[in-house]
Amino acid sequence: MTENTPLLTVNDLSVVFPSPKGEVCAVNNVSFSMGREKIGVVGESGSGKSLTGRAVLRLLPPYARVGASDITFKGRNLLSCSEKQMRKIRGMEISMVMQDPKYSLNPVRTVGEQIREAYTIHHKAGKKQARQKTLDMLKAVRIRNPEQVYGLYPHEVSGGMGQRIMIAMMLIPEPSLLIADEPTSALDVTVQLQVLAILDDLVGERGMGLIFISHDLALVSSFCDRVIIMYGGQIMEVVDAGNLHKSNHPYTKGLLSCLPKIDGTQDHLPTLVRDDVWLKPVPGRVNGEAAS
Amino acid sequence: MIAVENLNVFFGHGQTRNHAVKDVGFTVEKGESFGLVGESGSGKSTVLNCISGLLTHWKGRIEIDGVRLMQTRNMAFCRKVQMVFQDPYGSLHPRHTIDRTLKEPVKIHRLGDANNRVARVLDDVGLGAKFRFRFPHQLSGGQRQRVAVARALILDPEIILLDEPTSALDVSIQAEVLNLLQDIRREKNLTYILVSHDLAVVSHMCNRLLVMNRGKTVETITRNQLKSGAISEKYTTQLLVAGKGYDRTAIDQFQDFR
Repeated sequence: MTENTPLLTVNDLSVVFPSPKGEVCAVNNVSFSMGREKIGVVGESGSGKSLTGRAVLRLLPPYARVGASDITFKGRNLLSCSEKQMRKIRGMEISMVMQDPKYSLNPVRTVGEQIREAYTIHHKAGKKQARQKTLDMLKAVRIRNPEQVYGLYPHEVSGGMGQRIMIAMMLIPEPSLLIADEPTSALDVTVQLQVLAILDDLVGERGMGLIFISHDLALVSSFCDRVIIMYGGQIMEVVDAGNLHKSNHPYTKGLLSCLPKIDGTQDHLPTLVRDDVWLKPVPGRVNGEAAS
Repeated sequence: MIAVENLNVFFGHGQTRNHAVKDVGFTVEKGESFGLVGESGSGKSTVLNCISGLLTHWKGRIEIDGVRLMQTRNMAFCRKVQMVFQDPYGSLHPRHTIDRTLKEPVKIHRLGDANNRVARVLDDVGLGAKFRFRFPHQLSGGQRQRVAVARALILDPEIILLDEPTSALDVSIQAEVLNLLQDIRREKNLTYILVSHDLAVVSHMCNRLLVMNRGKTVETITRNQLKSGAISEKYTTQLLVAGKGYDRTAIDQFQDFR
């Protein structure tokens, strides 16, 4: 695969939920393409950033209607994949780190067992070899005593360690794309940065792509290469992370300006004035119905 | 106005005993806004719970207006000190209307004139009459936090204890709630103690702040010190650096403070 072919291309992705008051279009004609880079998806709650990540992996509830003209991953059309084929892709090719390790780990099995399972599902390996691989992976996410952590249950580890275990579990099948859905939002600032540093190193070493979903603009702009800014289910703009502060879009500007700053004054913070003009009506969409 | 000295809190017994707050002390002047900053587990919320009377097994000295507080509190204390909690989704009764939630303290304290008080306090927090008979699930997160502030204000307190009032909100909504809190404090000359993990929020709201780590006081600094970077403690500096975003070289120098 050459440098120029994109790893993942998404075109006109929309996610529609039926509701008694008519259909809710949570993601609306989202298109982007990415290579082996770190791409950030930022927005407020309800902007559709998590759903975009989940829709790519087809992890949405059955009543959600996902429509897209094209989702291509490494030249394969994910839309035409059967559920069986998708299971091969999840974990092996694309994997996802969720927000809270407390809810995404199985509470009645040791963490070592769970990481080993993630490996043996996708790779042919003996028990011993898989165990060794797991220990190496735990070491790679900078857990100092992997032997001991291997036998711990999820409730016995701290939040920061839990999230490192999640990252270890997601990276052990060696996927080429990692979707991280607010992986560090539940952690303290210093721990958050340490976990991100681990993620950064591993993604860099393995030449993976990373979709980093977050609500923290400052963090994303310093961590990622490119940033997608979402609002109301639509992409407002895609900017290079370094140029985020020079952005001209009123929404990005508004979000940046309403952050309190340590060297700022104690006057009123500017608040975000929302404008319906930002949400462009989509051609072919009638009464909230998305054309797929 | 508020003085805390040698505050100690223990949780649990024997082997698993946890010394959650270790000899913490500070004073807050009337009309001041004081910040408590620290990471999770630093004991910042525990200090607030001791002052508000939600925790009773603390040791040490807490004074308000020169009067030493005992473990149990009376009604007059509740009229003077009120609290706003972190999670606006959890702190309001899901099956009570806003009106009923706000009237309850008025009824308990037998203040009378409940209808006018509710209307006035809803105006104060910028919600207005149309929200009065709604249920919490019909409001957004920011609106709910405004209701929580209104519930604290309805007894006309002098001190408001804020436990991470904006950490569950989006940044755009956070700005609105912070502005509201600033306005109310200036208007009614209230005293705030604000607990937060976010140095930027505390520096926006407070002139003095106490940094805590693992139950211990790290240091008490002023806002100007924070702005100019004239900080002596390494822990505070690390927090400050971490708040600025992702910087690979800085992260490698992070230490674990115990």
